[in-house]
Formats: sequence, structure tokens, C-alpha cells
Amino acid sequence: MSTLVKNIMRFILLILVQFYVLDKIHLHQMITPYIYFLFILWMPFKMNRSLQMLLAFLLGFTLDSFRHSPGFHAAACVLIAYVRPFLINILIPQEGADSNYEEPSARSMGGVFPYLIYAGLLSLLHHSWLFFLEAMEVGNFWYFIVKTFLSTIISLLLIFAAELLFSRKQKFRTNTV
Amino acid sequence: MRNVFLFLRRYATFLFFLLLQVFSIWLIVNYNKYHNAIGSAYMNELTGIVNKRYNKIDNFFQLKEKNDSLQKENERLRNKLVENFESPDTTNKIVADSIPYDTLGHYRKWLYQRAKVVSNSVTTQNNYIVLNRGTAQQLNKDEGVIDPNNGVVGIVTEVSANYAVVMSLLHKDSKISAILKNDPTGGGSIVWDGKEPNYLSFINVRQSAKAKKGDTVITSGITPTFPHGMFVGIIDQIAPDKSTNNYIIKLRSGANFYNLQYAYAIKNFQKDEIDKLLEKVKTKISN
Repeated sequence: MSTLVKNIMRFILLILVQFYVLDKIHLHQMITPYIYFLFILWMPFKMNRSLQMLLAFLLGFTLDSFRHSPGFHAAACVLIAYVRPFLINILIPQEGADSNYEEPSARSMGGVFPYLIYAGLLSLLHHSWLFFLEAMEVGNFWYFIVKTFLSTIISLLLIFAAELLFSRKQKFRTNTV
Repeated sequence: MRNVFLFLRRYATFLFFLLLQVFSIWLIVNYNKYHNAIGSAYMNELTGIVNKRYNKIDNFFQLKEKNDSLQKENERLRNKLVENFESPDTTNKIVADSIPYDTLGHYRKWLYQRAKVVSNSVTTQNNYIVLNRGTAQQLNKDEGVIDPNNGVVGIVTEVSANYAVVMSLLHKDSKISAILKNDPTGGGSIVWDGKEPNYLSFINVRQSAKAKKGDTVITSGITPTFPHGMFVGIIDQIAPDKSTNNYIIKLRSGANFYNLQYAYAIKNFQKDEIDKLLEKVKTKISN
């Protein structure tokens, strides 16, 4: 399957799962499970950064349209798409590892731990920016700090469950320059 | 000039990032001020189509609960039929007056319009409900919406040709007028604090009103949106507020927002006339 088709299918599936499955689950008032931004986490290494942000904006805006809250998720998605390349630069093990593999995963980032940091930081950033924008409207700041951390933990669990369920077989490619 | 272009090229990604962020925040601010986003009617129609497809599947799994609520509603309507009432005095005959059943619409004030819920949320700070009825089916903005058991659900804020968006009671800007059923002097407003779905706050109720846990709260009927006596909720917690001489009341909502399936929009035929009258008063005062 080509990268383009794969990513289009991911986009649609993640939005549908987010809105029609996760948004219907009411665990607790403090916890909102999110997984749709996995699309941004799994975007290929070699992609124009402006294009990454534009796609992230589209992803957020699509979910916003479903939820009738324009702007909130779009802003959070654009932020993590902007920060993503910097994080990858810091966490990738050796020179050129990002050209041997196609997308970020536990294998391409050299272990579960760097990948956990990568996913954890990006989800924390996404949640805090999203809930901060919501808190600006409603007030009640501490409530949203707690909500951010709890939701991040649940999101991380969901991300790793998705990693285990849908194993992405990635070829180790050499001579790719 | 060359330096400007070099700067732009160097920071192109960052500038693009800023542009998208500013655009997103502009969306948030603009939307919350006017209650409609750019092309909201268009996006509404688009997401409505997807919602409808999902709803077809979702419906199948909730047939039982739906049947229950329909049965309850049928029961209530049956009890209202004229033939259920009989006068013990045989010299008086009940004659049905044609006015309450006037079909020309001259005397009718309230009209119930049934609609199906195609999308619903309870998890966010600002929750909306989408109905599959729009301007093409005579549903207009600012109509009140109730569930099949007469529980207040929200107010219509946005209408497209075939769908309508309802601002749920679970929305930070939602505010409706309500009174205690047992003591009509105890009036106030229903708002939501954004925390627990199905729990609402009843504010500005004076302590002189008699209220206790378990009392029913209904709509007051003084606004043109809801008729008098729509079920809002039951008092769950009540405490006197020492600083303001008001009560602090927490309600359990009458409508169950978790599994809304059907709803009724209530059209007020006399709203235009009231609005026009108020408008006239306003212009007179300003002159």
C-alpha cells in the first residue's frame, strides 16, 4: 500500500473512531480519551514541515466540525505538528536512522523508551494546549491541570494498545539518500 | 529588500505555524461571540450526512430503550384524550369547543415538532445536539427543545436546510428561566458549571421560597421559548448561601443527555408578535 493511500485511510479511520467510539465513552468527567492525533505521530519522517502542519490543521478542523467547536482541536494539532520534527531530532539514536525507516515507531526510534517519551510529550502538549484554550473560556484552572494529566495517561494507553493491535511492519532500507 | 526575503525564507515554517495558530484561535473567538462559524451551515450539512449514516446503525442497538420511551409517551397522550373524562352530572354535557383544536392556526400558541437526534455530545464544555429537521421542515432558530418525557433539552441555535444544531443545557452559555413546582415564588435560572453531565445548577433562588431535596423544578413560561411546566430536573443538593441570601441548588436533569434519541422542538406562534411589541417599546424609549 502506498504511503498516500495508507495515510488517507488512517485519517478517515481515526476521525471515525474518535468521534463515534471514544467520544461516546464516558469514563469520568476528568478523562476525555483522545487517539485521533496518532495520525500526526505516525506521519512519515520525510515530509515537508508546512505540509505536516497543514494536514494536522485539516485533521483538527475535521474533528472540530463534528463536535461543533471550531478551532480548539485544530490549534492543538498544529502545535504538535510544529514541535514533532524537533523532538525527532533529539530522540533519534544515530545519524541517518530516520532515512532507514519510514515513520516513527518503537523500532525506528531505537527502543520503547524514546518512543514513549516522543508519544508522551506530544500527547501532553496536545492535551494541555487544548484544555488550556477551553479553560480560558470557562475558568477553573486547576480542574484542567488535573484533567490534562489524567487524559494524557489514558491517551498513552490507547496509543500503545493501537501499536500492539496494528503492528506496522517497516522495512529496514539501506542505500536511501 | 533582499534581507526581508531571506528572513521570510528562513522562518517560513515558523511563520506558517503562527498563521495556522492565529487562524485557529480566531475561529474559537469568532465562533463563541456570534454562535456561528464560517460556513457553519455548510459543515453542518456535511457532518450531518455522516452522522445520519452512523445513526442508522446505532439505532438498531437501542430499539428496546426507544420502545420504552415511546410507550411512556403514548400513555401520556392517551390520558389526555377527551373521552377519558366524564362528568358525573348527567344534566351537563361536555361540548368540545372548536377553538383549542383550531387547525387554521389562529389561536394555537405552541406546536410540537418531532425530530430525531442524529448527533449528541456530553463530554465537552460546550455541548451541542444535532436534529434531522431544518428550515425545509419548518424548524426555526430559538425554538425550545424537549425530550419525549417532557424534559428540557436545549434551544435551537443554528438551522440549515435539513439539520438543526441545538445548544444543549450542558453548555456554558445556556441559561433558561425556571421555577419550583411546589412554590411558584421560587424562580431563578438554570445554568451548567461545565463539570458533570446530567447535573445542573439552579441559581438566583431566594431563601424565602420553600425548597427541599427531591422537589421538582419546571420551566416558568415567562420567556417565549418554553411553555410553562416543562420538566427541568429534581433537586439533588440544596444549601443556603450565607453571603447572598440565595440558595445554592444542584439539580439532576429531567432529560437524560447520555441517550437522547428523539426530541420535540416547540414552535411558539405568538413569539413574532411579542418580539415586535418589545421592539416598538424599545424604539419609543430611544426616541
